[in-house]
Amino acid sequence: MELFLCRRALLVGFIVGLAGCGGGNGDQQAATEKATTEAASASNAPAAASTTPAATPAPTAPAASDGEQVLNIYNWSDYIAEDTIANFEKETGIKVRYDVFDSNEVLEAKLLAGNTGYDIVVPSASFVARQIQAGVFQALDKSKLPNYKNLDPDIMKVLAGYDPDNQHVLPWMWGTTGIGYNVKMIKDRMPDAPLGSWDMIFKPEIVAKFKDCGVSTLDAPSEVFPTALRYLGLPTGSQTEENLKKAETLVMGLRPSVKYFHSSQYINDLANGELCLVLGWSGDIIQARARAVEAKNGHDIAYFIPKEGALLWVDTMAIPKDAKHTDNAYKFLDYALRPAVIAAVSNFVHYANGNAAATPLVDEAIRTDVSVYPTAETKAKLFPNVVNTPEYDRLVTRTWTRIKTNQ
Amino acid sequence: MSRVGYLPLGDRLAMSAEPLVRTLVNIPPIRLLLNFLGRFAPGGRGLVILVPYAWLAFFFLIPFVIVLKISVADQIIAQPPYSALYEITEKGYLMIKLNLSNYKFLLDDALYWKAYLNSVKIAFFSALMCLIIGYPMAYGMARAQPAWRNVLLMLVVLPFWTSFLLRVYAWIGLLNNNGIINNILLGLGLIDRPIVMMKTDFAVYVGIVYSYLPFMILPLYTALEKMDMTLLEAAADLGCRPFKAFVTITVPLSLPGIIAGFSLVFIPALGEFVIPDLLGGTDTLMIGHVLWDEFFSNRAWPVASAVAIAMLSLVLVIMFVQNRLQRRAEAA
Repeated sequence: MELFLCRRALLVGFIVGLAGCGGGNGDQQAATEKATTEAASASNAPAAASTTPAATPAPTAPAASDGEQVLNIYNWSDYIAEDTIANFEKETGIKVRYDVFDSNEVLEAKLLAGNTGYDIVVPSASFVARQIQAGVFQALDKSKLPNYKNLDPDIMKVLAGYDPDNQHVLPWMWGTTGIGYNVKMIKDRMPDAPLGSWDMIFKPEIVAKFKDCGVSTLDAPSEVFPTALRYLGLPTGSQTEENLKKAETLVMGLRPSVKYFHSSQYINDLANGELCLVLGWSGDIIQARARAVEAKNGHDIAYFIPKEGALLWVDTMAIPKDAKHTDNAYKFLDYALRPAVIAAVSNFVHYANGNAAATPLVDEAIRTDVSVYPTAETKAKLFPNVVNTPEYDRLVTRTWTRIKTNQ
Repeated sequence: MSRVGYLPLGDRLAMSAEPLVRTLVNIPPIRLLLNFLGRFAPGGRGLVILVPYAWLAFFFLIPFVIVLKISVADQIIAQPPYSALYEITEKGYLMIKLNLSNYKFLLDDALYWKAYLNSVKIAFFSALMCLIIGYPMAYGMARAQPAWRNVLLMLVVLPFWTSFLLRVYAWIGLLNNNGIINNILLGLGLIDRPIVMMKTDFAVYVGIVYSYLPFMILPLYTALEKMDMTLLEAAADLGCRPFKAFVTITVPLSLPGIIAGFSLVFIPALGEFVIPDLLGGTDTLMIGHVLWDEFFSNRAWPVASAVAIAMLSLVLVIMFVQNRLQRRAEAA
């Protein structure tokens, strides 16, 4: 998942059509686009009849408040199966305009400015609480979502931490923030490396051994600091300057060994051997593994959720308050809650979904991969992100700048 | 047609009207206002002037006022994420809230002035390098056969036909550890391990100088092209060596071009975000990035606005100095 936070590429990358941030899966994106276009033309007949209600007030037009048979979706890049949209259009005759973004921050700036024009957006749960507080989402009418019952109660419980009583958002995909590595490069440098533990990253003397083969971490303080706090045995949601200082000292310890801080470039670099150890997102690292296998370059990439525990994040679907096609949005949400639909997405993007009924339909290779669907024991050690106060956010950003610029 | 016809509306009224009206109209603010309104009166001249004014008002003044307004607001969790400038209370009081702490904040934290200073440094040296590289090029173009000049000029402008972003991305391919430059040098055996160029200040300079070089060359070329060549011949006749003639005649005469080119490079480079973000390392601290962080990571639209206003003030000071320098250079 490139998607997650490569804000740089957003500002520049996808304007020039460099498909996502990694660059490597341009063809994948192109394929998705092609599929969408084809589907659009395939479903043209029913869509055409209903997209022009103004011109021809056809008696068959739905009496819904949103007479237009259009739906505007804003999702992360490379985060949907090739035929998900096409099938929905075929089935409903609703024309979907599907836009992509690749950073929560950019989505949030748009939501806060208002009038996004989108009917469904996909923010991460840790951003959702503040967005709910700012009043940008509609409360969901669950009577319009018959498939709601399929959702995984565990994930819904996590979401309730951000969205009390699960009133506003539904889960899309979820994953963890852990460690990815190049098996051979690590073995060569340290045969008894403490794989399975955050020691790999947070013990300065250990991480220093891998400096020469390339170490990177996410450029996301909201992910790195809670992880560091967890490693130190401090409460991850404490939001005190004192604890943040301790986390800063810990991260500063690995700073000399870090090649770069970036939230997407590591996918390609891990796949082609430019990096050997990364603090990153599960799906990204699994994608790097797939790319290395595809390229047959001999790099064996692996991912683990450290035994000390790791951050669990959930990306969610929500309807903005000013959405113009609410009824169509509900139709799509319910469609996405169907086990077969969301399982197909998981099979395509290599992420776990939040739909319990879908798990048996997910490819066995993915379903049994403990880095995608962790065991109950590991799952118990995962912890969600908390929502920071603006003051603490500022402190975090400032500390992060200090770490990155080394001053 | 009488001379009066060309006078602005206020002046015209002042000259023709009854004494009382004349006195009234002559009060400076009223006259200014009338003169200003007169511009919008029917007539080709008024319309011609109206277009750039409207342009500036819509795309500079109004956005500027909005940013200024946000910069004195409080950050809140709402849509939009800042407090209102004024409110009318139940008792009918008009309450205007100006929060100046956003500006105070910029002074309190060393991050901001360090970022400004580093931006000024990078912009200054980039502009200087553009000058050093661009001057000989502009000189060569201005002295080329007239038939060739347009071709050369075309070549300078040609890169603009490709997207700026693509050109910056191309530099990543050139400067990477396994990029084209390193591979050639490795292949020739000149180096035995890649030179680290990407994610350094060096790459940022390369990117900025490359992207902004045409903005330096064009004004220099204009200044050099209109120079009177007979001055150099006269200098040579009087026994002046070419180098001295260059320093005492060509350079001073091209000074307006140098100043214009320098500010055309310096000012945009100061707020540059894309180039340092793509080519620079994590320790390249520039104000464009600080602004990004304030706006997106901290969601602090008021502080981000204050950073932008402070930067605009900095640019205005620089433009003021440049304007005075240029006027002096042109007068000389």
